[in-house]
Amino acid sequence: MSAGISTAHSVTEPGPRAKRVARALVILYAIATLVPLVWIFLTSFKSPPDSISYPPKVVFQPTLEGYCNLFTTRTHQTAEYIASLAAPTGRCDEITRSRNMVIAGPSNYLPRFVNSLLIAFGSTALSIMLGTTAAYGFSRFKMPMKDDILFFILSTRMMPPIAVAIPIYLMYRELGLSDTKLGMILLYTSVNVSLAVWLLKGFIDEIPREYEEAAMIDGYTRLQAFFKVVLPQATTGIVATAIFCLIFAWNEYAFAVLLTSGDAQTAPPFIPIIIGEGGQDWPAVAAGTTLFLIPILVFTVLLRRHLLRGITFGAVRK
Amino acid sequence: MRLLPRLSDRLAGATPRQLASRVRGLSDRAIAWAFITPTMLLLLAINIFPLIWTIYLSFTNYRANRPNAVVRNMGLDNYRAILTDPDIWAAMQATAHFVFWTILLQTVIGFTLAWLIDRRFRGYGFWTTVILVPMMLSPAVVGNFWTFLYQPQIGLFNYIVSFFTGVSPSSFEMIGSVNLAPWSIIIVDTWMWTPYVMLICLAGLRSIPDYIYEAAEIDRASAWRQFLTITLPMVLPFIMLAVLFRGIENFKMFDLVNLLTNGGPGSTTELASITLKREAFEKWRTGFSSAFAIIMFVTVFGLANIYVKALNRVRSR
Repeated sequence: MSAGISTAHSVTEPGPRAKRVARALVILYAIATLVPLVWIFLTSFKSPPDSISYPPKVVFQPTLEGYCNLFTTRTHQTAEYIASLAAPTGRCDEITRSRNMVIAGPSNYLPRFVNSLLIAFGSTALSIMLGTTAAYGFSRFKMPMKDDILFFILSTRMMPPIAVAIPIYLMYRELGLSDTKLGMILLYTSVNVSLAVWLLKGFIDEIPREYEEAAMIDGYTRLQAFFKVVLPQATTGIVATAIFCLIFAWNEYAFAVLLTSGDAQTAPPFIPIIIGEGGQDWPAVAAGTTLFLIPILVFTVLLRRHLLRGITFGAVRK
Repeated sequence: MRLLPRLSDRLAGATPRQLASRVRGLSDRAIAWAFITPTMLLLLAINIFPLIWTIYLSFTNYRANRPNAVVRNMGLDNYRAILTDPDIWAAMQATAHFVFWTILLQTVIGFTLAWLIDRRFRGYGFWTTVILVPMMLSPAVVGNFWTFLYQPQIGLFNYIVSFFTGVSPSSFEMIGSVNLAPWSIIIVDTWMWTPYVMLICLAGLRSIPDYIYEAAEIDRASAWRQFLTITLPMVLPFIMLAVLFRGIENFKMFDLVNLLTNGGPGSTTELASITLKREAFEKWRTGFSSAFAIIMFVTVFGLANIYVKALNRVRSR
């Protein structure tokens, strides 16, 4: 900003006192909003009795029991049988035996987590490939009813997921795509591609056409100009869009719970059904939740600058 | 790589005009279609075809758990049954209550937060990011862990409420009681989505150029007057956009509420999407639920269209 404006700026700049009050209130809200998340994180390190104590315990002896229970299934055994076993092989073994149980095998959490990863990355890759090319097409070429087609693409996202799930359920049953990763990847791609087209069209619109035109005068074909000039310029936009697609696929629940039950089940429908003895095993649920949410925290920080654009389908740009 | 285009150039120069573009690569038209067709095909296969199928099913008595039963044409019977079904109307009422209160709370809190953040105090960027975290999380996982926070007696929520108000933490149940359950889902949704409204409002506040305030300052307009005549009208289109997006999302709300209350107790928190799930995947009334799905879709679509028109009118003012 030039010097002339900055002197005038002081008129609208809030005073130091207003700033301090605003700061205090915002920090108060931020801390309050974090309490539930911190609580879940703490619960994941509690023992099952500590997790359901009254009053709720803030100070407690941390244990990895929740994480052990998350990854294993266990069976009850008599004290004599446990005493007859060889020395425990690890921390989890020890904890399990102290509860008169032995580890029976791995739980389903890890496969569900891997499913989440495969489906999220698979559908994101596909959405970005389809979205980038389609967005370029819409951005650069004249075509009949362009606005209508774009609105149609957006409107596919307005359908309630349960409404879409009814015929998809029937269709997948006919095609043998029920409970398959391919089925889920295609479904998530079809949801994400509308976001990808809208966001990427915005990003590509911002790249001056002159760049490609200059390249084409230099002898590039349109395709070469797309790959060598436009794509490198659009990298930031593509990465931001990809993260949005990843987050959607990672978080999605409605389709996952209705259309998958085993082989292709992702983590969101699985975490709520982690059951311990006599009800939910809260430390294990909290551990599963914590591990599941950490990637999202990383993404949020990475996306900070593009968040606004992503959540409004590109309607608001900074 | 450099050689290829040169060669094609020379070829192009030697060929008649119409052929030239083809030799230099695909024509723009061909590329445009090649780039757009795959996306359109996918959407046709996984969005439009199912939609048409749903429309067809909505006129039948088909049941997905009895694929071999004879399918009968019901005409408009399903639609008539839905519009006269008191349970459906109860669900619509619960949805309206949920949408109204979540949007009101989120707009008020979100705008206030954005206004405070726009004071640009030290470290505002960091705290903004912290506030944004809840809206990025999986609604299903959020709904699930809030059931833990809402547990009577052992849950943190009841404990905090009792800490501030003095009522016993075991004297009330957020998701177990008929009166509080609708508010339990409103609280969680507001916790989760207020940052969304805040972020959009913040963009609105930042879009107001400083010189407008400076002019008002010269006219000696009071701070309150400036807020009413400059800030609010200029942020209004942004607030309306946020309300539009939240309205659509919360009208079809499923995941959060399904895990938090699953429509209970009784059917006090049974939102439209939960009723739809019950009809379609628990009672297996596929034809009936297809008709309900179409009605929901038309409602969202219609409301969104009316709203977008209003939004454009505000914008062009």
